[in-house]
Parts: sequence; C-alpha cells; structure tokens
Amino acid sequence: MMARKDLIKKISEKIGKEMQEMGELRIMHLCGTHEDTVTRYSIRSLLPDNLKLLSGPGCPVCIIPDIDLQKVFYLIEREKIIFTTFGDMARVPFKGKSLFYYRSKGHDIRIVYSIFDAVRIAKESEKMVVHFGIGFETTMPSTALAVLDAPENFCVFSSHRFFIPAMEHLLSLGDVRIDGFINPGHVSTITGVRAYQEILERYGVPQAIAGFEPEDVLIATLGLIESIKSGKAEIINEYIRAVKYEGNVKAQEVMDEVFDIEDWEWRGLGVVPSSGAPLKSKYSDFDAFRVFEDVFSDFIPEEDARKKACRCGDVLRGIITPTDCPLFNKSCTPKDPIGPCMVSFEGTCNIWAKYGAYF
Amino acid sequence: MCLAVPARVEEVNFPIALVDFGGTRKEVRIDLLPDVAVGDYVLVHVGYAIQKVEAKDVEELSSIYSKLQEEGVL
Ligand code: SF4
Repeated sequence: MMARKDLIKKISEKIGKEMQEMGELRIMHLCGTHEDTVTRYSIRSLLPDNLKLLSGPGCPVCIIPDIDLQKVFYLIEREKIIFTTFGDMARVPFKGKSLFYYRSKGHDIRIVYSIFDAVRIAKESEKMVVHFGIGFETTMPSTALAVLDAPENFCVFSSHRFFIPAMEHLLSLGDVRIDGFINPGHVSTITGVRAYQEILERYGVPQAIAGFEPEDVLIATLGLIESIKSGKAEIINEYIRAVKYEGNVKAQEVMDEVFDIEDWEWRGLGVVPSSGAPLKSKYSDFDAFRVFEDVFSDFIPEEDARKKACRCGDVLRGIITPTDCPLFNKSCTPKDPIGPCMVSFEGTCNIWAKYGAYF
Repeated sequence: MCLAVPARVEEVNFPIALVDFGGTRKEVRIDLLPDVAVGDYVLVHVGYAIQKVEAKDVEELSSIYSKLQEEGVL
C-alpha cells in the first residue's frame, strides 16, 4: 500500500493535469463531515485555481429554520417536560437564548448521544419526554425505530428532513452553477446509489458518493472531473466499502412506516418540496405537534434581530464562503456564535474558524 | 450529525450488539442489520449500526482507485 502522503500527492497531481486548459469547474459537496475533511486536510490548497470545491447545505443543525427552534423554546417555557437533544443543537441561539440557556434556568434539558437513551429516560420516568428529532436520512431510521418501540410518555419533535429533495431544489433555484456533486456518504449508506438516479436523469449533473478520508474526497473529485469532461453524466460510487446500490432497505422500510412527506422550510433554501418528515398520523401519540396541539395553537413566529446580518443561508447555498460574511470571526465566533453555521461542528463557519482556513 | 464511525462487532444479542471502537466498547442497536455477526465491521451512527463495512481502507474496493492503478497513475 502506498504511503498516504504519496497517494494524496499523486491524485492531486493528476487532478492538476486533468484541469489544465479547462474553464472553471464548480463541484459542491453536501455534507458537513466532508467540509471537515476538506478543511482539516487543507484539500482546497491542493487543487488548481480553476477548480472550486463548494460547501452545500449538508449540516442538519444549520438548515433547521429558526421557527422550529422557537417552537421548541415555546413548548419548554410552557410545559413541565424532559426535553432531550443532541449536543450540537443545544447551543444554537434564537434571540440570544439556547437550550443550554433554558437548562441553566432549571428546565429539564438533557443531552443524549442517541435517541435510544431518550427512550430509556422515558421508561424510567413518569414525566413526558420530548426528543428533538434532527438529521437527514442517516439519522431518521433511528427515530423511526424509537417511535415503534416507545412508551406512552415519549414523543418526538420532528425537525427531520429528507436530504435528496434539497439537492434537486438547489439545482432548480439555479443561483449557483454546480458542475458536479460529491454526495453525502452516510446519507447514501441508507438511501443507496439508486436514490440519486432521478436527479441525474432530470438535471444531468454528475455525482460521486464519497467516504470521509482525504483520499476519498480527492478520488471522488477526480472521478467527477473525468465524468464532466467526457460529458457522460453518471453516479460514481467511490464509497463502495459502505454504500450499496440499494442502500439499507430495512432502514428505508422503517422510515416509510413512520414518516410522512411534506413541503418544509429550510434555512437558506426556502420551502423545499417533499423534504419534511412529520410523523404519520397513525403515530400521532408520539408526535409532539399533536400531543401539544393546544400549546402550539397560540404560537406566533418571531424574528431574531441579531441574526439579520447572518449569512448562514448563503453559506448553505454555496453562494458565499464564511470569510465573505462581515461578522465571521469578529462578532460571530465559535464561542459566541450568531448563526447555526458557526455553532455546529458540521457548520462551514465553525469548521473554517476552527482550522483557520481562510482561502 | 451524519458522522458514522466504524467499529468491530464483539458480541451479538439481537437487537443489541457490543462493539469495539478501537479500545472503547459500547452497546449499539443492530435492528437494521439483522445478519450482523461477530467479527464484522459496522458503521455506527447515534447509537445504532447503519451498514456493514466491507473493508476499512480507501484503497480497497474503490473502483476509481483500481482504474488509476491500471492507468499507471498510482
Ligand atoms: S460567520 Fe456567523 S454570522 Fe456569518 S454567516 Fe457564519 S454563522 Fe452567520
């Protein structure tokens, strides 16, 4: 096996050669973990100037619109519940408050590693446990499994969103030219290669499913360049060690069983058709929106003035990079974040601030 | 969030398995991978196994990688 460094060097040299005398190509990756790999290993510095590697809407915490967070806070302020969440989400601010803020004020907010921990808490408690369901297809099957096995005092506040409709939506918006996608590896383990076929047919944009090592991203990038140059739009599966053509069929079945499909809003993308994942009505006993219907009936959405200048939405669409935001590393830092792109470990602003990549 | 980490399956007691993340052991749910066996590698995401991994390294099983080798690039 070739030394890693040599392998990376060889692939980037090959990319450089392939890109000679080419116009600008724009490849967008769609996963916060890819941005982490790209920035941590400084992959952009290995690429020629005419090859742009853009970061897309692949951070599930970042794309959740303020209204979801505001509803969660509204519920916590009014009901004596145990609220469980993943850690990343607990720091996202709305009007200067976050789930951590509510915890410091004595509300029972618990950080869990897995939804199964939340179910266990419910089984050991008399109180109602509400879990903040976030994440794309990678995470949704675990929520579905939990719902199928939940006690009566457990429900989900679903902010889950299907990712693949967002890719299509991004292309239909057409405000950034995208010549190729690096598809999210772990979403793909669930959905399989076949889930991307429709986008390929409709838009003819080549795609490469990639793993998360720097070699993976470079190999996928090279594959895309070759595909773009040959004019043969295809779906390349670079991550075959984990992604199958049909995906995880069992996971798809439990998702289908539990989740409905609706048009839901995303931060930065507006309303994305068929991307929302509320619980099906037969599981309404486990759906926080139904369980607390009366509470939410008086809910009125508000705006967060502090976020007016935040350009997280443009970062998520690949229109700007974090350094184009005037607040980046000035009034908005990982310690005192304004937008979710600076909060989440998968947010592009957070990753850039953390590794100091300002190119 | 979408991060999944490979781990080796040590014990199977469906729907729970004990897995090893290079030294750290943890119980995970395997509801979605009913055929998983001791010695398999699985990707673990938020406490449940999402897929078996066939090989740990990038070099193995990447079709582009073998194509590059054939072309003499690598
Ligand atoms: S740096 Fe902060 S304010 Fe600017 S876009 Fe990123 S999260 Fe928003």
